[in-house]
Amino acid sequence: MHEELLVTGRANALIDPSLHIWTWEVAMYLFLGGLTAGIMVFAAVMALLRKDDEAPFSSTQLALLAPIVLSVGMTTLFLDLEHKLYVFRFYTAFQIASPMSWGAWILILIYPVSILQILSTIRRGYPITNQIVDRWAIARWAVSWCEKHRRQIALVAIPSGVALGIYTGILLSAFSARPFWNSGVLGPLFLVSGLSTAAALVALISSKKSEKELFTRIDLVIILAEIALVALFLINLASGSAQQIEALGSITGGPYTMVFWVLFVGIGLIIPLLIEMLEMRGLMKSLAMVAPVLVLLGGYVLRQVMLDIGQESTWTNYPTQYSSELLERMEMTNR
Amino acid sequence: MTRFAMVIDTRTCIGCGDCVVACKTENKVPEGLNRDWVVEATSGTYPDLTTEFRSERCNHCSNPTCVTLCPTGASHLWNDTNIVLVDADKCTGCKACIAACPYDARLVMHPDGYIDKCTFCHHRVEKGLDPACVSSCPTKCMYFGSLDDPGSEVSKLLKTRKYKVLAPETGNEPNVYYLI
Repeated sequence: MHEELLVTGRANALIDPSLHIWTWEVAMYLFLGGLTAGIMVFAAVMALLRKDDEAPFSSTQLALLAPIVLSVGMTTLFLDLEHKLYVFRFYTAFQIASPMSWGAWILILIYPVSILQILSTIRRGYPITNQIVDRWAIARWAVSWCEKHRRQIALVAIPSGVALGIYTGILLSAFSARPFWNSGVLGPLFLVSGLSTAAALVALISSKKSEKELFTRIDLVIILAEIALVALFLINLASGSAQQIEALGSITGGPYTMVFWVLFVGIGLIIPLLIEMLEMRGLMKSLAMVAPVLVLLGGYVLRQVMLDIGQESTWTNYPTQYSSELLERMEMTNR
Repeated sequence: MTRFAMVIDTRTCIGCGDCVVACKTENKVPEGLNRDWVVEATSGTYPDLTTEFRSERCNHCSNPTCVTLCPTGASHLWNDTNIVLVDADKCTGCKACIAACPYDARLVMHPDGYIDKCTFCHHRVEKGLDPACVSSCPTKCMYFGSLDDPGSEVSKLLKTRKYKVLAPETGNEPNVYYLI
């Protein structure tokens, strides 16, 4: 046997008995960041494909949601900071090896691109704003300029959205100290999940039947890609280092087994996939609203479950005085 | 870059915890938090058991992932050495460095919210003194010095004794050595 015990009683906040530094605030940000990425990409793609008539919501109205959703996400992220007054420090440095630093600067890039994207379709998507736009010469000029350069703006919005979506995954995967996150698949997985949730959002909100159907079809393909990426991620961990194999244990019989397989894979991926497949065949139309809601839920669960398991996965594991396992063992010997 | 190392003789350490108390006193570490700790590792099958005591802390790695992943540069190397410090004025409390440490050696300093950690007592090292934990050890099982100087006590010990570091496979190249 080999047993390692902390004899001086370490109980460091947020570290013992296992690392738990990030909670729902960060998971919510990762989810909303991914959703924003998807919103920008789809709004841009629809603009490039000139789908104003077949898909009016996604091509002319969707873009407005990007800065709103992202701002909510950045607010929850801000709530997580422990040294809040120093938040400006993200912008007094650029650390090339830190994905979090890249992310901070990507977020700064997203807002202007997103605003240009909104202006390029605001008159068509939200006619109510025409009066306001017409009142000022500068607003008229700005909107006309964006409308004229709609294509170019879309071409910038796509890589910006992809950068936002993929960095959230790279951010976690760069932590070599957390075996569960240490997989290159995490970046693409989070990006694809972000696209999937955005497609679901369009299918949920759009009032046009053809657009709902189009995005249900798009989502179906993306969910299949996401399932493939989840499989690759699991293969990556299962064939990885001892620490990764141990970390994988938390979803193969460990404490996160149910939430990962039932809530994320089952309810968040497989069931909406099945519903969407039936919809394509003209069946189960009454469940049309359910699939996108489940996809959105699955998107959040993915971020939360990844965040939780990753933090608990570790290189150093000491039973401390707070270890439930150790207490149980002591009780057994006392009996 | 000057490489400072701590060498701890597990054969003479008795696990008294004086290093922990010395650190808390010297650095005014807030109640309930610890920058160093003692681990008792027992292996074997009764009655053939061996026990090893290890005084653990930040490893002041030569390849510190906490410095690499810090988004603001708050986590930095002190004066071109391997001593990892946190600049509280640059720290946003994002906690990335806590997640980045494979040795779980970093902590949030409450209530202010910036990150705190072992500093190898750089304020003492500057004056040519040993860190508080090393200088207070009653069994004299801890040594501190520069690995660049072949004549230093730490260099000599690592040349003549069998040693290990914690989880070298992390790739962080830790600089706290344990004589075994």
